[in-house]
Amino acid sequence: MRKFLVNFSLIMTFLTGVAQAELDIVITEGIKRRPIAVVPFGWEGTGGMPLDVAQVIGDDLTRSGRFAPIPEDDMLQKPTSGVEMDFDDWSILGVEAVVIGRITQTGENAYSVEFRLFDVFGRDQLVGYRMPASRGTMRRAAHRAADMIYEKLTGIKGVFDTKVAYVTAEQRSGDRLYSLMVSDQDGENEHKIMESNDPIMSPAWSPDSRRLAYVSFEGNRSSIFIQTLRSGNRIQVSSRPGINGAPAFSPDGRKLVLTLGGLDGNLDIHVLDVNSRQTQRLTTHRSIDTEGSWSPDGRYIYFTSDRSGGPQIYRVSATGGTPERVTFEGSYNARPRLSPDGEKLAMVHLDRGNYRIAVMDVKRKDLLVLSAGNQDESPSFAPNSDTLIYATRPGRNGVLESVTADGLIRQRLASGQGDVREPVWSPFQRF
Amino acid sequence: MSKYKLLVISVFFVLLAACASQDVPDPDPTDTSYASAGGADTDGMGDSGLDDGEFVDYDPSAGELSNIIYFDFDSYELRPDDAEIVARHGRQLAENSGLSIRLEGHADERGSREYNIGLGERRAQTVRRVMMIQGASASQIATVSFGEERPAAFGSNEDAWSQNRRVEVKYTN
Repeated sequence: MRKFLVNFSLIMTFLTGVAQAELDIVITEGIKRRPIAVVPFGWEGTGGMPLDVAQVIGDDLTRSGRFAPIPEDDMLQKPTSGVEMDFDDWSILGVEAVVIGRITQTGENAYSVEFRLFDVFGRDQLVGYRMPASRGTMRRAAHRAADMIYEKLTGIKGVFDTKVAYVTAEQRSGDRLYSLMVSDQDGENEHKIMESNDPIMSPAWSPDSRRLAYVSFEGNRSSIFIQTLRSGNRIQVSSRPGINGAPAFSPDGRKLVLTLGGLDGNLDIHVLDVNSRQTQRLTTHRSIDTEGSWSPDGRYIYFTSDRSGGPQIYRVSATGGTPERVTFEGSYNARPRLSPDGEKLAMVHLDRGNYRIAVMDVKRKDLLVLSAGNQDESPSFAPNSDTLIYATRPGRNGVLESVTADGLIRQRLASGQGDVREPVWSPFQRF
Repeated sequence: MSKYKLLVISVFFVLLAACASQDVPDPDPTDTSYASAGGADTDGMGDSGLDDGEFVDYDPSAGELSNIIYFDFDSYELRPDDAEIVARHGRQLAENSGLSIRLEGHADERGSREYNIGLGERRAQTVRRVMMIQGASASQIATVSFGEERPAAFGSNEDAWSQNRRVEVKYTN
């Protein structure tokens, strides 16, 4: 496993609303990274270019671990339109593909962002696309361009135009401050959604990526909230006696699976209808049943239970029934999350004394350990099912890492801000 | 940190049985946690009738009742030493119906967070049950589990972990 490790370190500065990302890439030994050129975009407008779109695209492709953009100084030409392309100049450099583009100002805060992707060997355009953007949406336009380029070149849907939610904990003059954060998947554009001196846990995205459910311990008791990101409005949806925990949205966004403990502390899986607030109890065993999550088709709920003595993963029909055990390998398997394509099951797996992220092929049942830490937790699939994000604890503070589901490309996203945990990757954004 | 500062209990091993009988508070006869194993079988029908006992430590701070109960890894059973402490809290509640407490269950950092919420809750419930056996009423005892979210000690080693696997007894009234 180690010989495939591609070690990236993305150092983020979080002091301002829009952070400056610094990419520090150390490749120990890895898969072959395909040479590509992302030429600086042309600019037609007043003043400076609002965003270096080519830089954002190049950083995205680099961070995927599959591409190695060549330095600008090596480029023999810097075309910004198709007619200027000289394929021989790129052949000499050995690059496989070239991205060019231009930004045209069309109004006070209106721009047109155009890019083209060329196949150097085939001497042809693979994709060309133009989209309107404002200063506020230009970064997303760049990520969308990177997504289209990535999909064209790899056959895998890009996830550069997605977000990640996570929880941070910091010590501030005797008090502990917990924050629920949302950033772009590259760590930029970070926003604080909620903060509290009491713990915040278990963020979960709604399928439309407009809302987050989470657990808050305000007032020294647990309750579950659903917060709309844009407005900041939140509603308390579960505040029963005892534990209210581990929320996860149904694929249609209308229900939450959650864990209720009651006065006697018997943790069981329940389904809550978000509108009517009615709950249905799905498990009744006296063991710990928690960490429910839905299969993408909505038919099953996967959950952790220690009914066999230690934590293992089970599933039960979303309408109720007898749970069946899913994992048998190892003494500790917890926190199940199915990939959006339904083919892989991610979990926390105790691997020779180390808590690590593993994925099980749902059909073949074989287990692949993906991470290499000793306290890795909270795996969450990217919406393309190709990559996972999780938390690891190399020292005192937790940091985030991502890994491809085949285990070949692993990278670290180190944040300077306290203890980072519980990352959850957003669905594809539809707006 | 300071509010979770450990209550340090000085421990002296008492070597003389005569001394021990003076210093150790008599176990409450209703304390069911002492009626364990075969000890209750008094008909003297052979050696198996009585299990081995254990030496009991002298606790000079017995007047100040410890508010933190510690647990073993992945366990929610009370350690024998702590049964009396929990029982005394329970009796205190039983004798003062105006008192109420919150039991805060905690876990160490290893493993999955929401599962650790479950472990912390189980520990709090273990303590709650013993208190209720002592006559405390359910309405006097609230439980909450913080799992691994509010560690008493930081660090990824057994020393920190053992301080974090705990139930804190907090008097709220």
